[in-house]
Amino acid sequence: MKELTIVSGKGGTGKTTVSAAFASLARRKVLADCDVDAANLYLLLNPTLRRQEDFYAMRTPRIDSALCGQCGNCQSWCRFDAIGLDFHAGYVIDPLACEHCGLCALACPDMAISMEDHICGQWLVSDTPCGTLVHARLGVGEDNSGKLVTRVRREAKRLADEQGAGLILNDGPPGIGCPVTAAIAGVDLVLAITEPTPSGIHDLQRVAGLCGHFSIPLAVCINKHDINAENSASIRAWCDASGIEVAGEIPFDPAVNRALVARRSVVDCDCGAVSTAVTRLWESIRARLDLD
Amino acid sequence: MEPLTIAVASGKGGTGKTTVAANLVLSLPNAQYIDCDVEAPNGHLFLHPEIRERVAVSVPLPQIDAAVCTLCGACAQACQFNALAVSRERVLVFAELCHGCGVCSYVCPEDGAIAEVERCIGYVDQGEVRNGINGQTAFAQGTLNLAETASVAVIAAAKRQADPGRIRILDAPPGTACPMVETVRGADYCLLVTEPTPFGLHDLELAVEVTRRLGVPCGVVLNRCDIGDRAAADYCQAQAIPVLMEIPFERGLAEAYSRGLPWVEAAPAYRARFQALYQAIRFRRSRN
Repeated sequence: MKELTIVSGKGGTGKTTVSAAFASLARRKVLADCDVDAANLYLLLNPTLRRQEDFYAMRTPRIDSALCGQCGNCQSWCRFDAIGLDFHAGYVIDPLACEHCGLCALACPDMAISMEDHICGQWLVSDTPCGTLVHARLGVGEDNSGKLVTRVRREAKRLADEQGAGLILNDGPPGIGCPVTAAIAGVDLVLAITEPTPSGIHDLQRVAGLCGHFSIPLAVCINKHDINAENSASIRAWCDASGIEVAGEIPFDPAVNRALVARRSVVDCDCGAVSTAVTRLWESIRARLDLD
Repeated sequence: MEPLTIAVASGKGGTGKTTVAANLVLSLPNAQYIDCDVEAPNGHLFLHPEIRERVAVSVPLPQIDAAVCTLCGACAQACQFNALAVSRERVLVFAELCHGCGVCSYVCPEDGAIAEVERCIGYVDQGEVRNGINGQTAFAQGTLNLAETASVAVIAAAKRQADPGRIRILDAPPGTACPMVETVRGADYCLLVTEPTPFGLHDLELAVEVTRRLGVPCGVVLNRCDIGDRAAADYCQAQAIPVLMEIPFERGLAEAYSRGLPWVEAAPAYRARFQALYQAIRFRRSRN
């Protein structure tokens, strides 16, 4: 079984658009949306929810004001400025600043702080016309996105084994931080979608550096390549010089937006040259991963 | 009224945060641009700043003195991030997992067995943008080193460069998780840049929820307002969120962007529109 993750560095270059098209084109696959704080793939796949599980990651501190002796130890030990002193409520924890390290609970001489289980999101399994989709919802403002990505991938792997699938297709998050690292660790191929703009190129180079660091094979697709032919040429040249395959190029066409608004993938409605280019991109990735 | 701190965020990536933030800062006198998208900082590509100073961002990392350590395992047991493991001969420290919280040194019963050293995870650049109004736009940018995960520490360091005498424009990372929260926290206003697609709307709803939890008032910039549906605009109306600016798609602007040219330079009429945007935000803040 092969595992492919689609990333970009810069957001909005077309990861999910390409993922949804691949979901339609690939055979015997399980889909995983690894962009857990802005999960969009399901919007194009008409899913029927089959399973929903709460996701617990790190425990979270709670101060029992009846036990609190107002010594302030918790506040002075916390390195994340997550504990404030309220005139009425006494010491209070700012859940959005807390890193869940537990030092406040250890430092409290009155045993007034307990670490409690805390739901930080859900992971979900849905049936779609394109196959099984594992996705997730991270609670608003929660951390632990990397751990939730890992959970989503583990479930996708289990289902793929169960179904005898040949491919796990991961739609990745933007950036190069912890959720991205969690989404690409150990996969067979990363496909980075870029665009011929200064930001697209800059962020592609960051993603390539990250893949290099973890020794993960990388292929590149240039989206909206005709917006700036010169930049597209320099991306190709940079990829050539870096030993990175440019697996495809997609032209700019407002028809892509119309397809998104209609909640269709670009290969399931007429997007002209875009449909052809994405299909050709898939053929090249399919060959590289040696899939049927 | 003091100069405002405005965070430019979006939920969905690629909707035009950096474009709006860069054009806004280039349209205002005495402003400062702070790039908080430390995983993919892009503002410098359009603002072409002259960097004057680079400061390393470090987090504390435990260092175990094997001569003192008794391998009791208290540190590894207390660490919530699995950043420590005790083998038969020594305590292993996994630097990338460490959050620098200090729990390990707190619980260690042996005096001097754990010392903390500074580990560099990124840097903050500081300088000036020369193509700004009056040539005095300040610039700061955080950059997370490759294969590091502690974005929040670098964002916090970038925000510490904020100059209280200037209008501060914070360019936020995409998403609604901790890096976006860290950027928007404490801002006077949050501009949410979205596009009229199902993706844009879905992520806008999440971003609005974050700003509400943070108690930061928000308004929307609808980018490429003519190449989608009305759902985002309808949502804003239903939620009483002001749409402060609508920007139609122009292939010419997209091409200028692809050459690293800010809109206010490619189409100077935009400068007045971005000034009006800031005035609209100021007006809304002054009423609260």
